[in-house]
Amino acid sequence: MKALRPIGRRMATALPSVVGVIIVTFLLTRVLPGDTAAYFAGPAATPTAIAEIKARLGLDQSLPVQFIRYVGDLVRGDFGSSLTTGQPVLSDITARLPASAELVLVALVLAVSIAVPLGIIAALKERSFIDHACRVVATAGVSLPVFFTGLLLVYVFYYILGWSPSPLGRLDVFATTPPTITGFYLIDTLLTGDLEGFHGTVAQLALPAATLAIFALAPIARMTRGSMLAVLESDFVRTARAAGLPPTTVVLTYAFRNAVLPVITTLGMVFSFLLGASVLVEKVFAWPGIGSYAVEALIASDYAPVQGFVLVMAVLYLLLNLCIDILYGLIDPRVRIDA
Amino acid sequence: METLPLLDVHDLTVEFATRRGVVRAVEHVDLSVRRGEILGIVGESGSGKSVTSYAVMRILDRAGRIAEGSVTFSGMDLRDLPESDMRDLRGREISMVFQNPRAALNPIRKIGRQIEDVLLRHGQCTRADARAKAIAMLDRVRIARPEERYDAYPFELSGGMCQRVVIALALACRPRLLIADEPTTGLDVTTQKAVMDLIVELTRESRMSAILITHDLGLAAAYCDSVMVMEKGRVVEAAPAATIFSAPTHPYTKRLLRATPRPGATLRDLVMDPPPETVPAAIPKTGRLLDVRGLVKTYGAVNAVDGIDLHIDRGESVGLVGESGCGKSTTSMMIMRLLDPSDGSIHFDGQEIAAIPARAFPRHPLRKRIQMVFQDPTDSLNPRFTAERAIADPILRMADRMGRDALRARCEDLAGLVGLPTHLLDRFPHQLSGGQKARVGIARAIALNPDLVILDEPTAALDVSVQAVVLNLLEELKISLGMSYLFVSHDLHVVRLLCDRVIVMRAGRIVEQGTAQQVLEAPTADYTRELLAAVPHPPA
Repeated sequence: MKALRPIGRRMATALPSVVGVIIVTFLLTRVLPGDTAAYFAGPAATPTAIAEIKARLGLDQSLPVQFIRYVGDLVRGDFGSSLTTGQPVLSDITARLPASAELVLVALVLAVSIAVPLGIIAALKERSFIDHACRVVATAGVSLPVFFTGLLLVYVFYYILGWSPSPLGRLDVFATTPPTITGFYLIDTLLTGDLEGFHGTVAQLALPAATLAIFALAPIARMTRGSMLAVLESDFVRTARAAGLPPTTVVLTYAFRNAVLPVITTLGMVFSFLLGASVLVEKVFAWPGIGSYAVEALIASDYAPVQGFVLVMAVLYLLLNLCIDILYGLIDPRVRIDA
Repeated sequence: METLPLLDVHDLTVEFATRRGVVRAVEHVDLSVRRGEILGIVGESGSGKSVTSYAVMRILDRAGRIAEGSVTFSGMDLRDLPESDMRDLRGREISMVFQNPRAALNPIRKIGRQIEDVLLRHGQCTRADARAKAIAMLDRVRIARPEERYDAYPFELSGGMCQRVVIALALACRPRLLIADEPTTGLDVTTQKAVMDLIVELTRESRMSAILITHDLGLAAAYCDSVMVMEKGRVVEAAPAATIFSAPTHPYTKRLLRATPRPGATLRDLVMDPPPETVPAAIPKTGRLLDVRGLVKTYGAVNAVDGIDLHIDRGESVGLVGESGCGKSTTSMMIMRLLDPSDGSIHFDGQEIAAIPARAFPRHPLRKRIQMVFQDPTDSLNPRFTAERAIADPILRMADRMGRDALRARCEDLAGLVGLPTHLLDRFPHQLSGGQKARVGIARAIALNPDLVILDEPTAALDVSVQAVVLNLLEELKISLGMSYLFVSHDLHVVRLLCDRVIVMRAGRIVEQGTAQQVLEAPTADYTRELLAAVPHPPA
């Protein structure tokens, strides 16, 4: 129980940020150019028709009144309705968020499992062939735009080699959607014992996830390398070596655990960045994710989905930072004291 | 069998590949350690003393390699031993204790676990009894409440305590040779004594051999059987500890001995050719300069400084002595008005300055009359400022505006005063030696002709020969410019050299004050006696 108290305190400090985000998203969408009512009424609408729609949407009220109504709705879990899809924003988001989250998480796991070992090896063999190779891979990954990498992968693996299914969405067109348990198809298919569906999901996921992973490789690998280099130089690694500890213990237990802290910070940044930046990948692979949803809404001056998107992203970001702080405390006892 | 040395290093040369080509850090070094012998390796920074020990352990960093020579340990040639065999040896047969104990321990692993790692690695325990053995080891290095401390992290322990843990790590597998590389640098004098006594006692008790690497000849002479002096990668002299003090043969050893502050020596004794007597300032200033009464600084429930009174007269230098955490730095920070006191008054030249908030003091006219010289000559200089810019900094901030040529001339004057060659004025800190950086720091402090200079361990990071020169310089400047000094230090011998009066602090309070001679030769407080006794005494 005692261990949970600092976590609770840390969560409480996140609350003002949530309030701030609510205010800013509300104001931001009101300031944006474009008249929702006019867009919704269509080009041929009369001014009276537009005014009617405005009144129905509550847009004729003053800003504070609109804000209070907005907050009241939020408290009740009502994020408003999308004017383009006609669905409540909340259900749109809950339907689409898992798609993006699954894509980004798989990409991140993929990137970490390649970048971290690569970074460690590069640091251990500084200025060797593998170090230079690591640098080249990382630089290439981060300099190629994601839509280009995505198209390249589609071209090679779908068009030329034919290894990959058609890059259209999360599932093959003819496959049945697995029952929604977590919304993550990989998990849902496994939970229902649908191995065929699992394979299909993996096949669909492979290329977009790889595209994002290639992009995410660079910061993680570079940070791992740099942080490992610094730690390997430190006094306590020398002590460990002088005590005759085997290289695996020295590198993993002594060096890497200390070097992992800045890597975790980077991971948090990369994750939140990928969540927003996956829009292009979602477009290329016709992925029914939250990024493409928000962009479409923005183009249509459709307030509610944009507000909902920003709010959900902000809360996710706060939760993510919270997780990182907790993780930090678990790894580094010095941080625990301050919490 | 007993006559065969345990460790025999013959003609050892170590090279480092650097950007400017190959550098030889150690050249043709011979040394041998017999069973049960304690050998001291003494030298100043860059003498190659640490590199020699790293070469023996084969833990040189990647750029370094043994170029020539042989290292034989107990009949085995360590140079040709496969790395895996070498790893078996490290920690089990040869162990090391490092300087800066807090950094030498893994910051995020419990200290008990770190000891267990070593025990398990060398098959000295099983998973079942690892904890018990680690706790026994903590007990052996006299850590109180070892069961509790098993779960402590290094940051929760004091420096001296961390060094005990490092010693426990090194001795866990009962090695035959212990190499201690500056094991007490940065520790208080009483802690230094406790740590050194522990190392020597444990070494003698288990008939181990040891190598003590230090820059402190006094320390080496007090604890070692024989001493080897190194300079610039070479051994210049090797002799039994007693003879090296009474009859040094090499000029470098003589210079080193001479520069070491010791009872009975004056400042001018420390340097080979003492400078001519300094002419005192034209008008000798007298009277009270600083008067501190009832000064208190409270952090939470702790009184870091607990109601102290002190005063400094014009032209006087006062030493403030105590161990880390005694409140001496907090006191100097409050006098410097970098920190707001919780209570008490500070009168500087008759004006009350304790009430001026620390935030406002930099713009106060009195600010330029109090200056400070800091402990670390490197860290206290802006790495992007040239020496000239660093010296000119207080002038630019607090003096009347002057032209570029006048400023340059003033900086050259100041450089001349502190003995810094003027062509060095355009260099950046990393292009200067430690002694030169110390001179820049002093020139910066005296740039505005202050009345009071607070010296915060100004020579702690310097080699003894450089320290001797810098101390002499400070004395000259004090006399010629008529300044007063508040000299903050933990080193009683250094304080005695420079100060007229000495104040001894402990736990935020003053335990004793008086003239330097009085305090050092006939101390009245037990604590002062304890401090004095802890200073290593070379064999007479």
